[in-house]
Amino acid sequence: MAAVQDGQLNMEVEKDIKTEITNDGSGNINANSSSPGSTSSGGKSKSPAGSGEDQQTLLAVLQFLKRNKLTESVDILRREAGLSADADDSPVSDSAGAGSGGVPNVSADGGDANSLLSRVSIATPSIETSSGFGCGSGGRACRLQCGEDQPDVNVVLSAYSQQGDPVLYPLYYNGLKKFIESVLDCHRAELSQVFYPLFVHMYLELVYNNHENEAKQFFEKFSGDQECYYEEDLRILSSMSKKEHMKGNETMLDFRTSKFVLRISRDSYQLLKRHLQERQNNQIWNIIQEHLYIDIFDGMPRSKSQIDAMSGSLAGEGKRDANKAKVFYGLLKEPEIEVPLDDEDEEAENEEGKPKKKKPKKDSMGSKSKKQDPNAPQQTRIPLPELKDSDKLDKIMNMKEATKKIRLSPDNLPSICFYSFLNAYQGLTAVDFTDDSSLIAGGFADSTVRVWSVTPKKLRRVKSAADLSNIDKESDDVLERIMDEKTASESKILYGHSGPVYGISFSPDRNYLLSSSEDGTVRLWSLQTFTCLVGYKGHNYPVWDTQFSPYGYYFISGGHDRVARLWATDHYQPLRMFAGHLADITCTLFHPNSNYVATGSADRTIRLWDVLTGNCVRILTGHKGPIHSLAFSPNGKFMASGATDGRVLLWDVGHGLMVGELKGHSDTIYALKFSRDGEILASGSMDNTVKLWDTLKAFDDVELDDFTAATGHIHLPENSQELLLGTYMTKSTPVIHLHFTRRNLLLAAGAYNP
Amino acid sequence: MAEERRPKQCTVVLPTESMKAMAESIGVGQLQEESCAALSEEVSYRIKEIAQDALKFMHHGKRCKLTTSDIDYALKLKNVEPLYGFQSQEFIPFRFASGGGRELHFYEEKEVDLSDIINTPLPRVPLDVSLKAHWLSIEGVQPAIPENPPPAPKEQQKTESTEPLKAVKPGQEEEGSTQKGQGATSAEAKGKKDGLMRMKPRSTHELSVEQQLYYKEITEACVGSCEAKRAEALQSIATDPGLYQMLPRFSTFISEGVRVNVVQNNLALLIYLMRMVKALMDNPTLYLEKYLHELIPAVVTCIVSKQLCLRPDVDNHWALRDFAARLMAQSCKTFSTTTNNIQSRITKTFTKVYNNCWLDDKTQWTTRYGCIAGLSELGPDVIKTLILPRLTVEGARIKAVSDGPVVSNIDKIGADHVQNLLLKHCASVIAKACPLPDNVEQYRADYGYLGPMLCSHVVKARAQAALQAQQVNRTTLTITQPRPTLTVSQSGIGGSGGSRTPSIIKVPSSLTLMSTRPGTPTQPSPPATKYIVMATSSGSSSTQQVLWTAVLLFLFSLKYLDTPTHSRLFIFTIFYIVE
Repeated sequence: MAAVQDGQLNMEVEKDIKTEITNDGSGNINANSSSPGSTSSGGKSKSPAGSGEDQQTLLAVLQFLKRNKLTESVDILRREAGLSADADDSPVSDSAGAGSGGVPNVSADGGDANSLLSRVSIATPSIETSSGFGCGSGGRACRLQCGEDQPDVNVVLSAYSQQGDPVLYPLYYNGLKKFIESVLDCHRAELSQVFYPLFVHMYLELVYNNHENEAKQFFEKFSGDQECYYEEDLRILSSMSKKEHMKGNETMLDFRTSKFVLRISRDSYQLLKRHLQERQNNQIWNIIQEHLYIDIFDGMPRSKSQIDAMSGSLAGEGKRDANKAKVFYGLLKEPEIEVPLDDEDEEAENEEGKPKKKKPKKDSMGSKSKKQDPNAPQQTRIPLPELKDSDKLDKIMNMKEATKKIRLSPDNLPSICFYSFLNAYQGLTAVDFTDDSSLIAGGFADSTVRVWSVTPKKLRRVKSAADLSNIDKESDDVLERIMDEKTASESKILYGHSGPVYGISFSPDRNYLLSSSEDGTVRLWSLQTFTCLVGYKGHNYPVWDTQFSPYGYYFISGGHDRVARLWATDHYQPLRMFAGHLADITCTLFHPNSNYVATGSADRTIRLWDVLTGNCVRILTGHKGPIHSLAFSPNGKFMASGATDGRVLLWDVGHGLMVGELKGHSDTIYALKFSRDGEILASGSMDNTVKLWDTLKAFDDVELDDFTAATGHIHLPENSQELLLGTYMTKSTPVIHLHFTRRNLLLAAGAYNP
Repeated sequence: MAEERRPKQCTVVLPTESMKAMAESIGVGQLQEESCAALSEEVSYRIKEIAQDALKFMHHGKRCKLTTSDIDYALKLKNVEPLYGFQSQEFIPFRFASGGGRELHFYEEKEVDLSDIINTPLPRVPLDVSLKAHWLSIEGVQPAIPENPPPAPKEQQKTESTEPLKAVKPGQEEEGSTQKGQGATSAEAKGKKDGLMRMKPRSTHELSVEQQLYYKEITEACVGSCEAKRAEALQSIATDPGLYQMLPRFSTFISEGVRVNVVQNNLALLIYLMRMVKALMDNPTLYLEKYLHELIPAVVTCIVSKQLCLRPDVDNHWALRDFAARLMAQSCKTFSTTTNNIQSRITKTFTKVYNNCWLDDKTQWTTRYGCIAGLSELGPDVIKTLILPRLTVEGARIKAVSDGPVVSNIDKIGADHVQNLLLKHCASVIAKACPLPDNVEQYRADYGYLGPMLCSHVVKARAQAALQAQQVNRTTLTITQPRPTLTVSQSGIGGSGGSRTPSIIKVPSSLTLMSTRPGTPTQPSPPATKYIVMATSSGSSSTQQVLWTAVLLFLFSLKYLDTPTHSRLFIFTIFYIVE
């Protein structure tokens, strides 16, 4: 039933997008004009409790209100929904409770049942659609906004109420430890994975049952044994020593609501099972049964290094079947554009053209005449905006530039031009370059956004409406005439946010700029008028990152509320909500073909989401710290990610596999970028360095046989030093953004910190 | 993710006394012990939670310092009103004070006269944010321009010179990787591809045209006639970060220059060259170890050479010897290691010459002066063991020159200088080492001819030392006065703000709250913990808000209640912050 409904909802949303886009074909952005009044109407159309699911949702809401003694609102809601008084007495299942969308988050204005309902009904479809993966993801989606009094917290916690003798816990744990230390080497590494989740759950059980001292002792005794990459979580755990603390602690709820996923070979699992059954060690067995998800595979047990490479995330590894879905990682076909070639350019084209023919594989730009890539999504898989004339002009420019591109290789490293922000005492928090490298935007901690022109062409505003009416609209240079010469300057400041600006992104056509801020909004700025066009409200908490789709129109944002939202510029509400991360979403990125979105999170996982279905199609684990940067290779096949642990990991998107690890940085990596041909990866870090890596070699070195592709157990080559092509220190300037120009010149940016 | 970076997971809880104090501060008296305990745990937990959230804002702000605004945003996340008015100019606004055997950190709140603020002229508008572009790398090579850091950091130069084998060993490319990417990368990469056995990458000493021009200009200015130009050139040598490549040239220039000019007795040039050595040593980005084999002989020559000038009776070559001796001592201090033993080797050289002149009366006074100067600069221990025992002999020789028939004016001047030098250096050492009283006869017996003069010098030295000691005593007296005013200095935690610490404040060993009365310095001092005194003028009065008030108070406020008889200090170490 639910599945069918999901499908319908998807269709609806999809249709929605399509109609909107046809409207957009005229080139108007009407986001501004849409009035807030339509929110409730949109909500209402769905809200009347017709379907079973909505009914359930309603019941959940009612129950919640009741529990919080908001009797008045209960009555109002009941009247509005036409429900009988006894309906809400029926037990609401856990899942329904979980499905109750943004309920806790609106508890403050619970009196307004209408708005509440509309929110629920809007939130529900996207949450449900995204529940194809993992377990209880829907629950997490709502819980993430949880305040102190979360309806399902008690349900969640009660699982810990089973009583065991607190004194025996260390004994149990020790017994298991001894057993695992005594097994054969090949199994030991695998079974050792059990320690951490067991430790956490045993500790939480002790805390929940008010055995405070035992819990502390238990923690002190065994916390030292845990892998060092769990340090952060252990610190949070250690601060939690009372049952009361468990309520509202997000990390704790993550442990509880999501099963910790372990991958263990069948043999090792049998060993463990037999041991626990022999010893009648029910306590541990129960925990394993209830809180752990053991993904058993047939075949050789993995080695310690293999396990270490993949582990480290908040909730264990991704399940193998979570990465099975097909991902169309190919690029979309470039539209055919007649390139008017001058004679000079033609010569250049020919000279450059010869080597291209020899190595057609490497060529990503000249793919216009090629056939459809089998790995590419359908051209119309998601509706994309039509090309405007100006876009075509830009494409032509792009191609011309591309012919003058420097071919990079380990022997031919790019030059790096560093843009230092001087006197940025207020704190530079985000930087972006336009694709043609003509503009730089900086987001600052003092809530301002500043745009610079780095070409001699100054920034000009469009004239005011009164002046515009005086312009001769028939003249050839009308585009020139509408600009106000008096406002020409090298930089412009955009005021509007009320908190530090953490994310910033130019639209591909350079007409718009997006910025996301601590104040919970994403703002769309016009670079013609230098004013704010729309403030997208949806995230209630700081929005850490936002990014435009490579084709414009869509954008993605993600923040502290753990939900990534997909927006279209002319909709004030998100088209998709991607829920599933267990901690803040720290960075967001569109796939080059715009069909997928990657998000990196503080739960130390990267997820890849399908824009069309809203499903999570990849869960990539292996980082040991919050992920702060992502980059797709230009051919869409590979991805790189950088985290606070100073490592860059390389991923094969198609197979969902880690294919490389680049060690070298000593601090958080805030910037990653592939060169235009994907031969070189540049990484910029808080440790004031830019490093260049040989990615061609990195991807070549990986042997992908069928077995590894099937199991995902990969031997990482230990070659990151060979792959390092260069290290360039800056003068106490952390590198927070990198960009390759169309001619493969590397631009870097950061604030000088004297 | 190194294992040693792992701090102990500590479960720090605020003491219950602090809860009581906080409760009292907002008008809740008689809080029970149990509620205090419960509160303190809760408060500690909340503080940690907020600190963890605040860290998120720090990371996203692309900083490695936690600021008060991060905490404000973290509070905002929890739907708590942020703390207003705690923006601070400095990183850590706490002042350090000690008195009565205690160390305190407190929040300094100065009384501000409004009229002062109104009358002061407006400060200059701070410069606006601006963008500046420079080349970080050109086709893989980092240009040596002021915008870029010096090509080879001092540490690397140091490791290269002290542990040359580590980077060279073939087959250990991983370890040598620190040098990778420093320019010659592409060549290295090629070498590796060929599968050749890789020896230490041959460092190319080709200077760019600019560098050659610079070298020419600098060396000409250093030995030229224009003093202003020379000062500029020396300044450039002492500060420019990009001289690493040119260091071998400079080193050779100096050693060759000394060789030539000693023969020609060109005092002025020798002085200029020694000033160059000094400037090179002063440059914070250079590590001279590799070039000492050229520099030390040159310097030593300038100390002990028989003749450094054309007219030894008139020219002040003694100053050059003193200057060079000081340089020598400085390089001994900086570069002497157990492997190169510079200090002991230099000492041996000086004593050998000195021994010779002890045996041989014919040694020039100039050389003798140089040896003594060189030795004395090496420190009081050297003077004590090597010079004091010879004072008698030296004295006799000086006596022979001054009392005897006039041999030559030069000898007489030399003897005078040696005498003054000996008196100057030995007096201070003797003053420290020998017991009172200063008996002239005793000195004469011990040190012969120089005894009486030495005695008067020692007396002078003692008087000076006593004067200084008195001043020190006076300052300590102020501290032990019955009603001490807390001496305030910016040190300890407050002073360490400049260093790059990842967290706000050092982790205290325990959290303590204590109330004490100043003026009773006899009170037993608490365990060695760092304290921060917190104070605020008033808090909210609602009893229900005890918890949050406590949290807030503990976060950044400051409590200093003053009653006529005794004041109370609420002392608190700020919470343990991760990392």
